[in-house]
Amino acid sequence: MTARTKAGADGGTPTGAGADGGTRTKARADGGTRTEAVPALDTDALIDDPDIRIIVCCGSGGVGKTTTAAALGVRAAERGRKVVVLTIDPARRLAQSMGIDSLDNVPRRVKGIEGEGAGELHAMMLDMKRTFDEIVEAHADAERARAILENPFYQSLSAGFAGTQEYMAMEKLGQLRAREEWDLIVVDTPPSRSALDFLDAPKRLGSFLDGRFIKLLMAPAKMGGRAGMKFLNVGMSMMTGTLGKLLGGQFLRDVQTFVAAMDTMFGGFRTRADATYKLLQAPGTAFLVVATPERDALREAAYFVERLAAEDMPLAGLVLNRVHGSEAARLSAEQALAAAESLGAENLENDGIVDQAAGKAGLREPADSPAAGHAPAPSEAEADRRPVTTEELTAGLLRLHAERMQMVAREQDTRDSFTALHPEVPVTAVAALPGDVHDLSGLRAVGDRLATGSAPAGAV
Amino acid sequence: MSRFQVVSGKGGTGKTTVAAALALALATEGRRTLIVEVEGRQGIAQLFGADSLPYEERRIAVAPGGGEVYALAIDAELALLDYLQMFYKLGGAGRALKKLGAIDFATTIAPGVRDVLLTGKACEAVRRKDRQNRFVYDYVIMDAPPTGRITRFLNVNDEVAGLARIGPIHNQAQAVMRVLKSPETAVHLVTLLEEMPVQETADGIAELRAAELPVGRVIVNMVRPQLLDGDALRTASGGRRKEIAKTLTRAGVTGSAALVRPLVEQAAEHAQRVALEREQRTVLAGLGLPGYELPLLGEGVDRAGLDELAAALREQGAGQGESGRGAGS
Ligand SMILES: Nc1ncnc2c1ncn2[C@@H]1O[C@H](COP(=O)(O)OP(=O)(O)OP(=O)(O)O)[C@@H](O)[C@H]1O
Ligand SMILES: Nc1ncnc2c1ncn2[C@@H]1O[C@H](COP(=O)(O)OP(=O)(O)OP(=O)(O)O)[C@@H](O)[C@H]1O
Ligand SMILES: [Mg+2]
Ligand SMILES: [Mg+2]
Repeated sequence: MTARTKAGADGGTPTGAGADGGTRTKARADGGTRTEAVPALDTDALIDDPDIRIIVCCGSGGVGKTTTAAALGVRAAERGRKVVVLTIDPARRLAQSMGIDSLDNVPRRVKGIEGEGAGELHAMMLDMKRTFDEIVEAHADAERARAILENPFYQSLSAGFAGTQEYMAMEKLGQLRAREEWDLIVVDTPPSRSALDFLDAPKRLGSFLDGRFIKLLMAPAKMGGRAGMKFLNVGMSMMTGTLGKLLGGQFLRDVQTFVAAMDTMFGGFRTRADATYKLLQAPGTAFLVVATPERDALREAAYFVERLAAEDMPLAGLVLNRVHGSEAARLSAEQALAAAESLGAENLENDGIVDQAAGKAGLREPADSPAAGHAPAPSEAEADRRPVTTEELTAGLLRLHAERMQMVAREQDTRDSFTALHPEVPVTAVAALPGDVHDLSGLRAVGDRLATGSAPAGAV
Repeated sequence: MSRFQVVSGKGGTGKTTVAAALALALATEGRRTLIVEVEGRQGIAQLFGADSLPYEERRIAVAPGGGEVYALAIDAELALLDYLQMFYKLGGAGRALKKLGAIDFATTIAPGVRDVLLTGKACEAVRRKDRQNRFVYDYVIMDAPPTGRITRFLNVNDEVAGLARIGPIHNQAQAVMRVLKSPETAVHLVTLLEEMPVQETADGIAELRAAELPVGRVIVNMVRPQLLDGDALRTASGGRRKEIAKTLTRAGVTGSAALVRPLVEQAAEHAQRVALEREQRTVLAGLGLPGYELPLLGEGVDRAGLDELAAALREQGAGQGESGRGAGS
């Protein structure tokens, strides 16, 4: 990582090729040429804007939400803001290097924020169960709180109900915002399969807590007196009877105790969820949709962009993460492969060695096969350890380049289909770093790319 | 090979893809497999280019040699109504319960009930026999919840057997647990050669073992070809650049002098990635589990891609040897 961070514009940086201002010219496979303008996402303008108080990083699973949130936090702090980053399930090494791996559910100051006029970075890792417990403790008297916390039903709900994490992230955001201690809050979102879960889950939990059946369980007596409730009454006794038989009486009693104990809190949940929802719609909030240049991730991103618009939530733009480019883009995949072939033929003439043993893989170095116990051991693993000839080496470089160019082309195609759907969405591209991002210098490298990546990516 | 194959792994690592490929791989030589989806996403149908699956076992593919792959998307609500019907002959009352939101209640907020139903249905398919007393499915493959939830998901039957101390659900939960903890079941974890999924795999295996659930294999997915390794690269960066430029020119590449640096740098990145992947392989090797490896398909996974992955699994031994249907007791 360290070696790469200052390397700025080399190999993997999408700006390396075709950096020709705001437009991009792409030679199509069919020979035609297309020029289009994608608006640039200026992340520095965003994090420098004192009116922006909340940045939410959304996206489908594994695309780089946590990395983007942390990188923006570091960059904003080093540019002078007082920032708090709320991370959710960060990679262990990243959490350790930021000093937030202890789970106490409060922000910690991150050491190592540097530069003239630097502000402060605070960060925390969300503890979902603890956040839930804190709400209970804050909104119920001691005795009632204890009854709830000890209830087995509550324990199972707080530990794993689908949507609890999204809901608790919103709660925590509301709490952080209310403290008025930071001028920028960067929020990561839970690792769900769909970015939409972030918007949908709290509502689902809310409507569930509001559900008719819960009310029935809670206050059968109250309901029974009213006219027209006869059906419910019958339903209720049949219900408790059936469920009782099905689940055992104790289970149902636990549920009823839990629901009764939570009764007073339901209103509070709903009110706060509504308030946080409004906060997300406010002009001081900006959403960043993170995606990798893959079909599924970009399709999710497109859904999410549409949902944000429908919910009146302010979208700042798309962060296209882990993008590949090439500084040698003028050499096409086909040319590179043809050149590699001709070297292979030459090699064969020279000393009779062919490197096709690894099949599609092309030049696999026989002397140092992978297979540390896991790969099916290739048969050529025991081959000789003779030095690599320049022809072999060059052919290897060319094949590698061909692979890279094919990837660049595939990524460009998926990007194009997103752009065709949403040409209005500003985009910034972040190059794929060769290693994981797990320390401040890695986050700075991502931050640099976030800031400069609005130039068009390594087009063919 | 265990008859119930559970496929878990970190989100997005390829659980659904691998489960589908495994179902194809195991459906050779006239065998019949069932792939079970529990997350309500219709990922399997999408993968096979089929319409959304109803709550019903359907044949979705024919494997080489006449094998058949069936699929079932389990819907927790419908499964609960099924159970109520089975145990209480509820009929219309079931609909009334649904109207009240009770079914919704039972299947959403009580995660235990939901998961008992899902695992229960899958285990029922594992144990189901036909008139000749042969297993209906040779193998049942589950596209399971991700690593973070898998132990709880499979173990919830223990939890629920504790909560619901009597009644049919209690008995059902115990019966399911017996299948899940037996050698009839194998829980596989899919991973990539990256730090986070590998870490999650290691944690997941520890959890599964602590819960006495049978861990199967680590399946490394999206393995990229290794084109050039560190040794070759060190040679390249050490003073051979001029020779490389000459060789490029000889191979017909114009302007080769300017290309050497970026080409060598690309190779350096590649070598760095290979080194990182090797580290992750070492971690995986330390887990002491057998594994499968599946290549990254450059063009994404379509039906032909699935066949390719299934073939790779077969080459590595999946579905070889003993068969399920006749062999079971
Ligand atoms: N630009 C990049 N180059 C290289 N690696 C990256 C890049 N961005 C993210 N990563 C790596 O990818 C992995 C996933 O990133 P991250 O944890 O940020 O994703 P996420 O969207 O938060 O995932 P989840 O949905 O699981 O929470 C991490 O190991 C991270 O270091
Ligand atoms: N071997 C492979 N080569 C290329 N692409 C793959 C491979 N395996 C999976 N993919 C792709 O990766 C993406 C994620 O795969 P898949 O949906 O199977 O993962 P998953 O673990 O089931 O995800 P989720 O956690 O969302 O359920 C899909 O786009 C799939 O086509
Ligand atoms: Mg994350
Ligand atoms: Mg899936």
